[in-house]
Amino acid sequence: MAMPFYVSPEQMMQDRAEYAKKGIAKGRSIIAMEYDQGVLFVADNPSASLFKISEIYDSIAFSGAGRYSEFENLRKAGIQHADMKGMMYSREDVTARSLANGYSQMLGTIFSQEMKPYEVELLLAQVGETPEGNELYRIGFDGSIIDERKVTAIGGRSEAILTFLRKEMPESSPPLNMALQLCQQAFEIGAEPKTRLEGLEIALLDRTRSGRKFRRVETSEASGLLS
Amino acid sequence: MNTDSSPFSRFSFDPCSSFYQFLSTQRPELLPIARWGTIPGQQGSSENFLSSGLPAWPHGTTVLAFTYQNGVLIAGDRRATEGYQIAANRMDKVFQTDEFSAMAIAGAAGPCVEMAKLFRIELEHYEKLDGKPLTCEGKATRLGYMVKANFPMVMQGLVVIPLFVGYDQKRGLGRLFKYDITGGRYEDTDFHAVGSGGKDARLTLKEHFRKHLPEDKAVHVAIRALSNAAEEDVGTGGPDLLRKIFPLVKLVDAQGVRDVDDSTLATICQELYSEEREP
Repeated sequence: MAMPFYVSPEQMMQDRAEYAKKGIAKGRSIIAMEYDQGVLFVADNPSASLFKISEIYDSIAFSGAGRYSEFENLRKAGIQHADMKGMMYSREDVTARSLANGYSQMLGTIFSQEMKPYEVELLLAQVGETPEGNELYRIGFDGSIIDERKVTAIGGRSEAILTFLRKEMPESSPPLNMALQLCQQAFEIGAEPKTRLEGLEIALLDRTRSGRKFRRVETSEASGLLS
Repeated sequence: MNTDSSPFSRFSFDPCSSFYQFLSTQRPELLPIARWGTIPGQQGSSENFLSSGLPAWPHGTTVLAFTYQNGVLIAGDRRATEGYQIAANRMDKVFQTDEFSAMAIAGAAGPCVEMAKLFRIELEHYEKLDGKPLTCEGKATRLGYMVKANFPMVMQGLVVIPLFVGYDQKRGLGRLFKYDITGGRYEDTDFHAVGSGGKDARLTLKEHFRKHLPEDKAVHVAIRALSNAAEEDVGTGGPDLLRKIFPLVKLVDAQGVRDVDDSTLATICQELYSEEREP
């Protein structure tokens, strides 16, 4: 019988983390930013039909960076979880916090037990009834979970984007047009060729809407906001 | 086949993006068709409960739908009965199911409300998973499957008969679908009414329905049909001007679904009553 080579757990985890990070670094970035009436999502996504940002429940939105097939599966699992929970209890009982915990456990298990870790980073946001009630969560490939305020980003260039936005972001949440402008500027740093507005996927969790708060912003509306 | 109940544990490639399907594989105990076993003396007929000595469940209704100028109208009375008792005076039997569709239900109240709730989740679930809403036809078909799945309950007397209306954005017209207890789906271009007072409402509609009625006329006809049904059928409640209980009327058109407000309904009811009192 052939004996497998001994690999120390540290080495194994390090290899997996490196593998996952390499996959995510290739992915395009996504920003979630609080604006005065909700949460704005902007993704660098040239496709007009394959979405990276999606509605999960009434006030919760999801986006994923990295390998499409993997975060698409996670998105579907999230919608199933949310709809089932909403049916079993009430619509208000579906929270981003419990979804983020679910994703974290799932990714954590996959990272430590499966052959190949998931090459994804997730961003989960819930718009509150007041600006203080907003929640932003960033979930890493290993199940690490970070609770963010005001602005967060995932994907390949997330570090550079976040450094820029943390510096430029005003003290109180900006209005929608200003928030969108900031996101667009952030995507332009070091981008060659320049990111065009058509290449951005934009969606909102709009507090002023009743019922389902999620809404996509078309390019025509976005250019109107920026002019 | 995966037996773990947590939706986070495994994925499946589900071709129909259906929440109902998902529940039936993952958590069948949450479906309305609970495994109750047969109730003695309840075989086949929903009318038996009066003589069987079993407690009655909320029942009775008139709901109707017909096409009008801009789309389709759907309306229902507000009464629920338990045997010879009135169980509720302000029950809602007409539900908006998504932006461009609504349904009304007749039958046993509990399973009716549950089906409407589940159908709304079903449509929303599909829209979120697939990225775009079902077509009008697709929604109607999906509801047919849910009625069909309810058949074991029908054998125990818990009948649920829906009416479904939707605005077909592709064709630019309002459509209406009726169902039988086996889940058979039939499209009607004019009007239909179901429930214990359904026949009476249909008689009124037969006389007063015209194709392409303007909105105000359409609401008039709906109220007239429901009032007539209430006069003929114990299970149907008429408009109550004193306590301000009016039928629920929803209009489904290219702009979406909206309710006809109570003040408009009050005026129409007043007109109808004074019209009747004239010699």
